[in-house]
Amino acid sequence: MLDQIDQTSLIDIRGVCRSFPKGSGEDLLVLENVDLTIQSGEIVGLLGRSGSGKSTLLRIIAGLVAPSSGEAKCRGEIIKGPPNGVAMVFQSFALFPWLTVLQNVELGLEALGIDSAERRTRALAAIDLIGLDGFESAYPKELSGGMRQRVGFARALVVHPDLLLMDEPFSALDVLTAETLRTDLIDLWTEGRLPIKSVLMVTHNIEEAVLMCDRILVFSSNPGRVAVEIKVDLPHPRNRLDPTFRQLVDSIYARMTQREEPKAPTVEGAHSAGVGTVLNHISSNVLSGLIETLAGPPYNGHADLPVLAGQLQLEADELFHFGEALQLLKFAQLREGDLVLTDAGMRFAHLETDDRKKLFAEHLINYVPVMGLIRRVLDERPSHTAPAARFRNELEDYMSEDYADETLKTIVSWGRYAELFAYDEQSELFSLENPH
Amino acid sequence: MAVQDIRPVALRQALQPNIWDVVALILVLGAMVLIVYGGEQTTAPLAALDVTPVSLDPANLPFYALRTTLRMLLAIVCSIIFTFIYAALAAKSRRAEMVLIPLLDILQSVPILGFLTFTVVFFMNLFPGRVIGAELACVFAIFTSQAWNMTFSMYQSMRNVPKDLEEATQSFHLSGWQRFWRLDVPFAMPGLIWNTMMSMSGGWFFVVASEAITVGNTTVTLPGVGSYVALAIQKRDLPAIGYAILTMLLVIIVYDQLLFRPVVAWADKFRFEQTASGNAPTSWMLDLFRRTRALRALSSPFTTLNKIVSNLHIALPGWSPTAPKKRGEPSRLVDALWLALVMACTGYAAWEAYQYLSATLSLSDVFIAFGYGLMTLLRVIVLIALASLIWVPVGVWIGLRPKLAELIQPLAQFLAAFPANLAFPVFVVVIVRYGLNANIWLSPLMILGTQWYILFNVIAGASAFPSDLREAAGSFHLRGWRWWTKVILPGIFPYYITGAITASGGSWNAAIVAEVASWGDTRLTATGLGAYIAKATEAGDFPRVVLGIAVMCILVTLFNRLLWRPLYAFGERRLRLG
Repeated sequence: MLDQIDQTSLIDIRGVCRSFPKGSGEDLLVLENVDLTIQSGEIVGLLGRSGSGKSTLLRIIAGLVAPSSGEAKCRGEIIKGPPNGVAMVFQSFALFPWLTVLQNVELGLEALGIDSAERRTRALAAIDLIGLDGFESAYPKELSGGMRQRVGFARALVVHPDLLLMDEPFSALDVLTAETLRTDLIDLWTEGRLPIKSVLMVTHNIEEAVLMCDRILVFSSNPGRVAVEIKVDLPHPRNRLDPTFRQLVDSIYARMTQREEPKAPTVEGAHSAGVGTVLNHISSNVLSGLIETLAGPPYNGHADLPVLAGQLQLEADELFHFGEALQLLKFAQLREGDLVLTDAGMRFAHLETDDRKKLFAEHLINYVPVMGLIRRVLDERPSHTAPAARFRNELEDYMSEDYADETLKTIVSWGRYAELFAYDEQSELFSLENPH
Repeated sequence: MAVQDIRPVALRQALQPNIWDVVALILVLGAMVLIVYGGEQTTAPLAALDVTPVSLDPANLPFYALRTTLRMLLAIVCSIIFTFIYAALAAKSRRAEMVLIPLLDILQSVPILGFLTFTVVFFMNLFPGRVIGAELACVFAIFTSQAWNMTFSMYQSMRNVPKDLEEATQSFHLSGWQRFWRLDVPFAMPGLIWNTMMSMSGGWFFVVASEAITVGNTTVTLPGVGSYVALAIQKRDLPAIGYAILTMLLVIIVYDQLLFRPVVAWADKFRFEQTASGNAPTSWMLDLFRRTRALRALSSPFTTLNKIVSNLHIALPGWSPTAPKKRGEPSRLVDALWLALVMACTGYAAWEAYQYLSATLSLSDVFIAFGYGLMTLLRVIVLIALASLIWVPVGVWIGLRPKLAELIQPLAQFLAAFPANLAFPVFVVVIVRYGLNANIWLSPLMILGTQWYILFNVIAGASAFPSDLREAAGSFHLRGWRWWTKVILPGIFPYYITGAITASGGSWNAAIVAEVASWGDTRLTATGLGAYIAKATEAGDFPRVVLGIAVMCILVTLFNRLLWRPLYAFGERRLRLG
């Protein structure tokens, strides 16, 4: 019996799907047919863009969300509610502001009904381990972000979980703090001082995944699927400047951009997207700035994504969003880890403000179907006005309410910049009133 | 290692009493004695009230103040318990929420004094011939003036618990009961305490009205500040009114210093913010208790008990982890059944009410009541407008001067606690002497206590107005009218609306007291719904009381829905700074 338990994997996910209800009837599929096993002694990373369902998968394993279909097992038992021996570290730390560091750390033990003497010993040991000595009686609001996340780690470690779940644990921290925390954690892990067996972490930072994980599952978006699984055999501590490390990062960049290729056919004139494309809200200032950077030296219209991300101090995920927006507008193309300006993009970089707006408007009408639709409706109606609800309903046929809101926000912002139409926030009305 | 460091110190501390222990011990013992002494009086038979009737001798006032304060504290305790249960139910059960929240909304708009009529009869029958029946009726009346806003605050907090903390409690296997005490209650604490303080202030108004109760031919006068004031008004004793005001002032200061300040200072840690902000509230009383050693050791059994109780593993329905809510048929069916049940009950209640009212009242009575209602509505609108015209500029002026604001803020809160009855002598004498129209000149009594909500909210808004915006306005030479309309009025709008909503709600309530004013034998009446209800109550005419209350409920609810809510939503959406 004991042997059998040892042989079963810690976590076993088979064919899991998860959908969420959407504004109009049909459900939105965020996770499709995911398989995943986690064994003892490994750090597994879930890497993907926002909206790729990786956080949802983490929450399914944490027992906070139930799968719509498929089965999720922890030590051979179906997960119903948070399983024992699984603890979680949150992106936002999720500390209780009214409890001291010590009380926060003891919380998980209290819930397990452990008596106070042992509770104290274990909590102090965890605090000691994670480098929080001297902060026991401090309240979270007195601590810096890095120290707060250390409390988050101590609170999770103190229950001695078999599996530690981490939901983008470093993404709310500044670069330096995040790096210190990462290396501290990896050091403790390699020295075998962490009272845990395995780690599952969600991240959208490619370098972070390569730095920490033994195995990386790259997710593709809409719906979330495991696109590829990559083993990282580099020994710890890993060096970011090591050529093999760089190569691995580059290849993951390439793979993550490559997935988007089919969406953007290169044939001129063909619409690359339908009315139902989700538009991420990216300010026209950012787009202009990015085009200028790309057009200027040293890139001269052609940039390697990891290099560009490093120079602009952007997360890969953000840069992807920007690149995608440029691709959608046909100002640039994402190709195998590179971002390449199109002729129109080059032209845009050298135009004055008014001409830029005209070019932007032209591309909006031609390549963003929903923009063309709004403009057509406004032109056709005698009043030259249309309520936002009319387009929101149409968007909600294709996407969730949140995405529809985001898309509408983008439409308004881009439309205003291009002076395609006016929008009154109060009455939620599009009109042709004051452009030109 | 660190474990050993902690314990002996704690023990050593506990053994050596210090000077603060003595002070604190005396305070605690004093409070206990007072509570027991005050409580003993309530078990006396009702006839005892006639043997020792309320007298205007100021020497009795400390005792009366004690009785009144105990009633108010008891009512607050009841309100808190009610709040925990009601808000938890409404926040956790979708089906309960469908009924409970609209119900709360209506209860909030029911004129509190209207409750008295029914509850006095009920409680007197529950304990025939005992003082405790009347006491409970009085406590219940105060409770109904305190509970609703506290419950709303708690409910809203529970609905807005941050998602990550919720997931953390689930992930760390906290039971429903543990979660309630560890997450829901602490998160709701700041709002709840603020509303409790407001309620305590508001309660004074109703204490005065509910201690001397006359329903039909039953008259009960409970010893307390309220009945003291009632007697003073009846006997035209101006010095006695003065003593009553002084007593109230002292009582308010005492419970503010001994109770609320410490609680507010203590509860500062519950404020949900990730960074430490400037000035934390302080309290000498809390400092005193934090410095005592032996007393803290004495309180440790309670702390332990609290820990044990809040740590019980009690699974509560509705707190379970987010199960896969497949929108299945059974839940729809239960929903439909539940809805049908609610509808059936509503229908039955409507039928009963119709039966009861139609026996004595006709349609013309309804029209009359609505006519009176419109008169009172007109008064409320005019008064709120007038009060706004006066207090908005004053509030802005004060709010932009932080030193002054600090002084005025507590004063305004004290004034808000002031019952309108205490101003009766002035108003009645002036109106009679100059032969003024009671319909117009009694109206200010309605807003006497409630106008201060406008003032202190506007002060709060002006104090919070960002200084960079003020500087920007200054550097662009915005002055005069333009400065008011473009800069400060939009800036304080959300605060002003909050104040005006409270003020208008309070004015409706006050109408019952304010539209009928008496001073000795002189009795002035204004035409309005308040006077209508007051008269019906005095005559024990239940159908008309019910009708009056119903009409007031409808008008208040409509007024809130059609005017205040849209304005509030507008302010929150467009004009909220930061």
